[in-house]
Amino acid sequence: MSLLEIKNIINKENLVYSKTKVVTDNVMHYCPGCSHGVVHKIIAEVIDEMDIQDKTIGISPVGCSVLAYNYLDIDWQQAAHGRAPALATAAKRLMPNHYVFTYQGDGDLASIGTAEIMHACNRGENITVIFINNAIYGMTGGQMAPTTLLGMRTSTSPEGRSVDLHGYPLKITELIAQLPGAAYVTRQSVHTPATVRKAKKAIRKGFENQDKKIGISFIEIVSTCPSGWKISPVESNKWMEEHMFKLYPPGDIKDSEKADEDPYKK
Amino acid sequence: MGELKLRKGNEAIAEAAIRFGCDGYFGYPITPQSEILETLMVRKPWETTGMVVLQAESEVAAINMIYGGASCGKRVMTTSSSPGISLMLEGVSYLAGAELPCLIVNVVRGGPGLGTIQPSQADYFQATKGGGHGDYQLIVLAPASVQEMHDFVGLGFDLAFKYRIPSLILTDGVIGQMMEKVIVADQEPRWTDEQIQEISGEWATTGKTKDREQNIATSLILEAEEMEKHNHKLQAKYREIEKNDVRYEEFETEDAEYLMVAYGSSARICQKSVEIAREKGIKLGLLRPITVWPFPTIRLAELANQVKGMLSVEMSAGQMVYDVKLAINGKIPVEHFGRVGGMVPSPGEVFEAFEKLILGGK
Amino acid sequence: MAKVRGAIDVDIEHCKGCGLCVEACPTHVIQLAKKVNGKGYNYAHMHQPEACIGCANCGWVCPDSVITVYKVKV
Repeated sequence: MSLLEIKNIINKENLVYSKTKVVTDNVMHYCPGCSHGVVHKIIAEVIDEMDIQDKTIGISPVGCSVLAYNYLDIDWQQAAHGRAPALATAAKRLMPNHYVFTYQGDGDLASIGTAEIMHACNRGENITVIFINNAIYGMTGGQMAPTTLLGMRTSTSPEGRSVDLHGYPLKITELIAQLPGAAYVTRQSVHTPATVRKAKKAIRKGFENQDKKIGISFIEIVSTCPSGWKISPVESNKWMEEHMFKLYPPGDIKDSEKADEDPYKK
Repeated sequence: MGELKLRKGNEAIAEAAIRFGCDGYFGYPITPQSEILETLMVRKPWETTGMVVLQAESEVAAINMIYGGASCGKRVMTTSSSPGISLMLEGVSYLAGAELPCLIVNVVRGGPGLGTIQPSQADYFQATKGGGHGDYQLIVLAPASVQEMHDFVGLGFDLAFKYRIPSLILTDGVIGQMMEKVIVADQEPRWTDEQIQEISGEWATTGKTKDREQNIATSLILEAEEMEKHNHKLQAKYREIEKNDVRYEEFETEDAEYLMVAYGSSARICQKSVEIAREKGIKLGLLRPITVWPFPTIRLAELANQVKGMLSVEMSAGQMVYDVKLAINGKIPVEHFGRVGGMVPSPGEVFEAFEKLILGGK
Repeated sequence: MAKVRGAIDVDIEHCKGCGLCVEACPTHVIQLAKKVNGKGYNYAHMHQPEACIGCANCGWVCPDSVITVYKVKV
């Protein structure tokens, strides 16, 4: 195919896929191959497609995605470590017609912020939670996370996570699914074109659930951290499928159109 | 204008929150201030003004709910007592860093640790010298009556939004639990979305419309040069507040030869001690800081030219006394008297301490 | 049977050379270049442009949103 032919194809009317305008032009600080960028993008696409940019409030965590506000062109609140669900609770209750979501990593959500996420879910706050689980602390340089697999080496479990020394990995998503206020609990990944599409559908459903006022939508994305895992992005995807999916299998865990107990409704 | 009611200090705070058009209250029970949340839950303001009231899972969650609500440009508040406020301080530092207006109430009890549920003023340092991490200040209002408990809710919100700063009402179990008559304000409507845009549209996270840039509530500035600039901006704001919004009250100072300095419930006790002194022909006066930050430094320095000695009276081991000494700068003797651990001194006890420490044991 | 031809446009300077698009491409169009961009990354490019079917799989998996995809029926 000649250069001329390519130039003819690369033409506005033939466009089938491009960056949504809800993603800013800032260069993401994430390492090559990091899942954060894909998840950011599909959230942005959902916001764009639902046409809710002017009604969406994002709550960013502490961790690698602390700077998420640089990449999604919406209003953001940057939360203290683990507290994003508390911010989201107030923002949503005070502005019930807005779409409020938290974006939290495994350290933020499943370690320091366990109380806040549990109670926000149990109250059935009408918010969407995006939980990035890559089983490691990226921002601080590869320390053990609550979700780190047994035997997995990190800078604070250099000989591999052991039950005796560190305890078990925390399957917090399964715990959350037990709570009556949690309406939609699902585990997704973004390592192939098909899974990215599925994860995007889950996120869209999570946002649409806010209209239905049925309780919290909790979307775990099993993710990779090539830098923290010290393998290439492509190898990371394979490692995730082989190891992470055993403990954290993708799929819907709970999907109730109506939460068992909805404190929002009188 | 205004209705006369008999109210506990804590109840007055709750009532004032509704009447001054507060948008949201987020709190966690702790003695001696639980009546605030209880009163709100009985009054159900969500059915009248639309005010949101929520019992959070912890003080940590409560202060972060305040961060979430304040970021939206809403008038939000929380209340707690000493151990709970300690838990909140990380969030307070974030609020100060992100320049978010809000109202916090500390009904102080005796510490350290779990301490006691009896009244104390031992959280003065925590309230006025930061408490959390980083260089920051809060506007700290110290009510001495149930009426002021009520009034300072409105004033606290006004100052918070005037400067984009958290305001703190520093009170204690005495004022929180005692009943007095209070004239409650007429009901003010909550701010409309249009008013919020007008007042806080430049920074509030109300949804990014096409005609403006993103609004981001954050205290994170990674570049040191930029973080220094932000700190300088905060400090300039604090200097502005010190210039414009020092509040205090004087009692019998016109001809005073000696001065007591006391805030909140201690000031009520000292007022009586001044009366005892006056009956004995001793020209004692009282300065009551209403804002303990900003502190009435300039007025105290002036009074140091007039009086021979000052006694700082606090229910603590001596905290505000340092601010008094800084204001006086060694010009005259400054002493401290206080009871600690939840003990409340009597007016006679305070007078005796004054005699011993300032008059020299006459 | 209508044949489709596709093409991708890579924002070379913002590509981090992670290679996820190479893996996602069903027709082996994309490879990482031997040359590097301003940041030193071997950026993604169309190695076999004639094989591109414009499926956009590369775009979907790209964490940095640097791939724009076009497609025509021929």
